[in-house]
Amino acid sequence: MMGGMSAALERTLIVMPAFNEEEAVGAVVREVYATLPGVHCLVVDDGSHDDTARRAEAAGATVLRLPINLGVGGAMRAGFKYALAQGFDNVVQVDSDGQHDPAGVTELVAGLEHHDLVLGARFAGVGEYTVRGPRRWAMRTLSGILSRLTGTKLTDTTSGFRASGPRAVALFAQHYPSEYLGDTVESLVIASRSKLTVAQVPVAMRPRAGGVPSHNPYKAAVYLGRAGMALFVALIRPPVLVPKPVAAG
Amino acid sequence: MSLAVYILGIVAALFTLGVVIESLRRRHLRERHAIWWLAAGLVALVIGIFPNLLGIVAGWLGVTVPINLVFFLSIAVLFLVSIQHSGELTELESETRTLAEAVALQELRIKELERSLAEALGPKRNP
Ligand SMILES: Nc1nc2c(ncn2[C@@H]2O[C@H](COP(=O)(O)OP(=O)(O)O)[C@@H](O)[C@H]2O)c(=O)[nH]1
Ligand SMILES: [Mg+2]
Repeated sequence: MMGGMSAALERTLIVMPAFNEEEAVGAVVREVYATLPGVHCLVVDDGSHDDTARRAEAAGATVLRLPINLGVGGAMRAGFKYALAQGFDNVVQVDSDGQHDPAGVTELVAGLEHHDLVLGARFAGVGEYTVRGPRRWAMRTLSGILSRLTGTKLTDTTSGFRASGPRAVALFAQHYPSEYLGDTVESLVIASRSKLTVAQVPVAMRPRAGGVPSHNPYKAAVYLGRAGMALFVALIRPPVLVPKPVAAG
Repeated sequence: MSLAVYILGIVAALFTLGVVIESLRRRHLRERHAIWWLAAGLVALVIGIFPNLLGIVAGWLGVTVPINLVFFLSIAVLFLVSIQHSGELTELESETRTLAEAVALQELRIKELERSLAEALGPKRNP
């Protein structure tokens, strides 16, 4: 089983979207390499104004520098395209602020044996991560609807900590939403409507290692409306077909 | 108000909503551009169904001729959408500039790489 996991990790690309994360990104990359032997790490620097790209490179990551800011969804799609072009089977998104514990990646990748998309859920009883107020309420409502849609019980659908298997990588390299909240919510709808299977595993979430979060109280207040809009739009759009996997080479 | 006008109001509002939702569905329109039109279409639909509402709201706001409220709101929506479009156009222009610069700089790097490669291979290739 150990051998199976390290082989799976070698076919896995860790994609880390990063925007002005110079304080945390280096340590996170080093931790990823220390915790997950054999894995490759791609930092997508989304037009940062700070030292993010250099520090990520110094820590040993491959760095994709986007000349303009595309948002988390745009950065992730670039990561999926890179994975497809380089022949990686799996992609795991890990935030570059240190909130996602790289130790959880092993379990996410193990879940890919039976599912196309595996979410790391923060409220499933592990760790001390909590969210309060309207944002929490919105997250719960969303989870309820998306659980029904995907046919699996999901408790944390806005989590960015997730692993995509070969079919999901092929799909997301073409169709990955860039709208705020679209990247997490709409991508789940796209996946389930393209008949990909979704599962969740509990993971611990940590406080950020440095820098500042990209959201503020104002954003949290409009969170519910935007989440609802993202869901509505995702639901009315026609399902997309999973592109045929390209021959490995 | 005649029945024909009443029905026309509702049909027009439904048509607007239909066009916006269909554009969203076909990915011709992004969420943040559709939101104003959706809101305007919904308001038009509500007023189309309950025309008395317009008079009541106009009364609250002290607008003597209710139809003026409609004109005011329509102009306000158009104004906001234009402002949003101007803003996004400006942003797109600056992004295009950034992309063009990035492409030009890359082309230069590739040319220099090709030249140094040709120099390194030169003696073999051109006897
Ligand atoms: N590519 C990209 N990544 C971003 C952007 N904004 C934030 N991120 C990254 O997305 C991750 C999560 O961001 P964060 O602000 O911590 O959001 P939160 O974890 O949901 O509170 C971090 O790795 C950020 O560096 C952006 O505009 N573009
Ligand atoms: Mg974070």
